[in-house]
Amino acid sequence: MSEYQVKFEVFEGPLDLLLYLIKKEEVDIYSVNLTKLASQFIEYIEMMREFDLEIAGEFLVMASTLMYIKSRELLPVEQQAQVEDEEAGEDPRWELIRQLVEYKKFKDAAAQLQTLEARQEGVFPRLPIKPQFEEDKATKQDISVFDLLNAVNAVLKRFEKRDNPREIFEDKWTVSEKIEMIVRVMEKGVVVRFSELFEDAMSRSEVVCTFLALLELIRLKQLVCGQSSDFGEIEIRKRDAVVPMSATPEPPANPTEPVAPAPAENPTS
Amino acid sequence: MELKFILESLLFSAQKPLSPSELRDIFATAAAAEDADTTVKGLKKTKEADIIAALEELAKEHEAAARSYRLVCVAGSWQFVTQPEFAPWLKALVGVKARPSRLSQPALETLAIIAYRQPMTRAEIEQIRGVSVDGTMQTLLERGLVEQSGRAEVIGRPALYTTTTAFLEYLGLKSLEDLPAADELRRIPIEKPEAPLTADPGLATSAPPELKLEEAGEKPAEAAKT
Repeated sequence: MSEYQVKFEVFEGPLDLLLYLIKKEEVDIYSVNLTKLASQFIEYIEMMREFDLEIAGEFLVMASTLMYIKSRELLPVEQQAQVEDEEAGEDPRWELIRQLVEYKKFKDAAAQLQTLEARQEGVFPRLPIKPQFEEDKATKQDISVFDLLNAVNAVLKRFEKRDNPREIFEDKWTVSEKIEMIVRVMEKGVVVRFSELFEDAMSRSEVVCTFLALLELIRLKQLVCGQSSDFGEIEIRKRDAVVPMSATPEPPANPTEPVAPAPAENPTS
Repeated sequence: MELKFILESLLFSAQKPLSPSELRDIFATAAAAEDADTTVKGLKKTKEADIIAALEELAKEHEAAARSYRLVCVAGSWQFVTQPEFAPWLKALVGVKARPSRLSQPALETLAIIAYRQPMTRAEIEQIRGVSVDGTMQTLLERGLVEQSGRAEVIGRPALYTTTTAFLEYLGLKSLEDLPAADELRRIPIEKPEAPLTADPGLATSAPPELKLEEAGEKPAEAAKT
């Protein structure tokens, strides 16, 4: 045996090792001699032990399966123990080969994914910088908190009439839920009108929650507000195209850490 | 004005890949502008299907023109990207791309299994690979390439895993249909009968003839050699 020429490869698992042994034999998986394969596999495990490598349990399970197959082969068919309700599909040899074929396919597929991965590394997207004039001219940027309060008061007028004595319900809404809601809405559109956020609101408390959530997002520098014309509707837009957003309103020390480069080019600063 | 050229101009100056529905919204927004003329207004209700068809035509035209860049659809969104062969210069231009390290062999195998057979439980993946996948699953989950999508309705209700949009983006795939050899590796469609022999010999659904044991005494020639 050419023991000294062994190129030791690290195998992912017993199936990987078996495929390697089959490849070395240059035979098709379907026509492989399993008894020979069993001997080679066990030789390999022996070698791993000599090298003081830790042998994973999966290798030992596979070794025992192979030994079982090999031992069955030694007996003439009529003396072979019939395993209870053994059918063609339950033949341990067939089971092993099926597993090998399946694993081989995915191993090949993995190689193809690797090719795609490498190809994609060389692909560069076109990422133009947002034209500056767009936001500067189209929208008046300095909306004060009073403008926002006026706007929310207008929304709250909707509920004024219903303030008759009635049952008091517990508040179903939390600010953090509303933050999530707003983030979802903002994902859909580039610009959202102020009133759109309150369209579905059922009660005063819901409007207040949504409004607090909006203020929180503005404070966290996730959103900016603007007006395209004097006394026009307030428009809300995202501050950055990609902002990783946590739903918790806890104010982090440094809330804006956009992954995208050049946060300085924001029009408000 | 042709729809495809409007789309081309939009994607040319878009700061991120745009999906057909986002493009459709742009048509509606443009038509809502005060100074919109009849052409712009006429395209107000452009259908997504028309947009997709125009984008595909545009992509073909770009391909035929063999330019240094092409129009691609990744994970359902369209964008212009450069051809891979220009990478050396682009790397010099933008510096090394902030890209995570390449995936290891075990991670790629696990990812391939999930990609083609999703949704999958951890145990099913381990069955195919023959080894534990705890470590590689952790890597894939951390990198956002796979995610938990629910639970299997079997004993123990194990978590099911699927690939994410980030996975498609990472490999530059349009959709899961775009995976190499997708039809071959995907699970066999349900409508196929449980025939003893499959039409495709590559698919391991039944034993090859030399392994059949139904007729006792008909020992396979293969095994008799030993």
